[in-house]
Amino acid sequence: MNTKYTIIIAIVAIAIIACAVVAYTYNSKETVLLYGAGASFPYPLLSSMIIDYQDSKSYVEINYNPTGSGAGISALTDKTVDFAGSDAPLSASEAEKAPNVLHIPETIGSIAIAYNIAGVDTGLKLTGKVVADIFQGKITKWNDPAIAKLNQDISLPDATINVVRRSDSSGTTFIFTDYLSAVSSSWENSVGRAKSVEWPVGIGASGNTAVASTVITTQNSIGYVELAYALQNDMTYAAIQNPAGNYILPSLASTTAAAQAIASSGLPSGSESWSHVNLLNANDANAYSIVGFSYLMVYKELNVIDGMTEERAIELVNFLSYVIHDGQDLASDLDYALLPSNVVTLNSATIRTITFNGQQVLK
Amino acid sequence: MMKVTGDKLFKILAIVIATSALAILIITGYTLSAGSMPALQKFGLNFFFGQQWNPVESREIFGLLPYILGTLATSGIALLIGVPLSLGIAIFLVEMAPRSLSVPISYIVELLAAVPSVIYGLWGLFVFRGFMVKYIETPISAYFGWFPLFSGAPGGLDILTAGCILAIMIIPTVASISKEVISAVPNSIREGAYSIGATKWEVIRRWVISYGRSGIFGAVILGLGRAVGETMAVSMLIGNATSFSAMPTSLFNPGQTLASLIANGILDATSSLTYSAYIGAGLTLLFMSLIINVGAHMVMTRVFKDKGGAIEQ
Repeated sequence: MNTKYTIIIAIVAIAIIACAVVAYTYNSKETVLLYGAGASFPYPLLSSMIIDYQDSKSYVEINYNPTGSGAGISALTDKTVDFAGSDAPLSASEAEKAPNVLHIPETIGSIAIAYNIAGVDTGLKLTGKVVADIFQGKITKWNDPAIAKLNQDISLPDATINVVRRSDSSGTTFIFTDYLSAVSSSWENSVGRAKSVEWPVGIGASGNTAVASTVITTQNSIGYVELAYALQNDMTYAAIQNPAGNYILPSLASTTAAAQAIASSGLPSGSESWSHVNLLNANDANAYSIVGFSYLMVYKELNVIDGMTEERAIELVNFLSYVIHDGQDLASDLDYALLPSNVVTLNSATIRTITFNGQQVLK
Repeated sequence: MMKVTGDKLFKILAIVIATSALAILIITGYTLSAGSMPALQKFGLNFFFGQQWNPVESREIFGLLPYILGTLATSGIALLIGVPLSLGIAIFLVEMAPRSLSVPISYIVELLAAVPSVIYGLWGLFVFRGFMVKYIETPISAYFGWFPLFSGAPGGLDILTAGCILAIMIIPTVASISKEVISAVPNSIREGAYSIGATKWEVIRRWVISYGRSGIFGAVILGLGRAVGETMAVSMLIGNATSFSAMPTSLFNPGQTLASLIANGILDATSSLTYSAYIGAGLTLLFMSLIINVGAHMVMTRVFKDKGGAIEQ
């Protein structure tokens, strides 16, 4: 009996090992693996793009790890990934550590100022200055004259404003505080712009999802979330006054309009420094004001990355090209704004400059 | 001969394993100290007594006072609520409950200790928080809002809610160890007490608890250890305030503990000074735990004059 079982187990074990070996050799011959890491904001869009792309190219496997913008830039600096995602461009000091990195805006984020006030289902209007004062704790009541003046058709309650904001470090916070610094000198001087700041007031929640659910479950609250989260959670959000004087609600169209307007007045080429680029306060009658690019970043010369081969370089560049062209078709279904055509043109030129061992990759 | 070698081998193995616990503590302490040096050198004592925490580049300033106090406040609330409840459970299970009740209840209490903290956090966020706002905080705020401890708008994501969740989380630990301690009290003690005419309450209070107090105290310290270091559930419920607004001045204000501060910020701490400040927060947390444990042992040996369960009235 014993011998019989031993033989059966041995046969099964050998069969499993043989299968594994066959599968391994099969895979190692065929599959091209690409690695990316970084911002979590574009992750739902990127992962749909990756699935769609792999459908047509089954031998390519792309892994994108949504570790956060800062961690993505660190990984690209250490050359442990082939591309990084970030909601903020490389700062001057980051660019020094990772020279010759190209910026490829792949989608646009906009930040909704979501609120939950009993009896106010829609229609709140705010200016950037008032938003800054609320998040700085200078305006503490919903019926404060500064808010009431902008909203004479709404009856606002005599209630304390519960401010909700991110407790973790995030690209969303960077775009939001960048905007507040641009519209309020008091914010710029006392708090400033960063992925994580010294918040004067407020309840901190970790991640867009938690901020959204905290605003939804807390009476008389206000918070900032990525537009996609506000749309998917059916939140009510404020219209913000833009430089043209119009009160604009965040939407995919008003987000694209902002990027279009800024891009038409000139963006740097992909290989130049983008550290000063933002999409805030675009000069367009229909543009929303709190908007920012989300970038994919790659080295201009791909041979600096360990294990890069010509084959992998070609597949990486093909994927990037897919992201800014055909991949954009997936955006609106997932509540992401489309890249305007002038940014797509700029990106195409950037992708053409990518080289491997000095040879242009995309021919 | 063979037996002696085996014994020796086992002895050496046991010594290695025992010292490895000490080694881990020393290595952890060393790593944290070395990592936090840049922040400690830059801010000195202000690192512990400062109230600002600003990671913005070129404006960096780090002080831990609000988070040290926040940790003490939430753990204090947890003990204040959790310990009496745990003792009640333990006494009921050993002294009063019939076997058919005490076995399933103690099994369930022990099971609660195995529930991951994120589950307590989620339940706290979606169920318990609403209960706190509606039935506890809003009424207290309406009648006692003038009292500084109850000032502010009750929102449910605050020090009180975090403390209450911690209380629930330490109950299984404190209750099940106290139960073991109380059931280890010899029956002769109880019989002696009853024979001189003590009531049940007197027996429990004056003899049983008194006999087991060092063990019960140890259970409380274990509970406190869990409360001080708890991260996930706390950061989901405490509101994660920073800097001046994190000072625990009112039970209804958002606060922050050392553990939740680290969990929220360290992953994306890009500048080396900021990173070092978070490591320093970890070092402070380690020292707080050590002080609590050492202090507890001193209380146990000095104040209780404990001599292995002897009663000194």
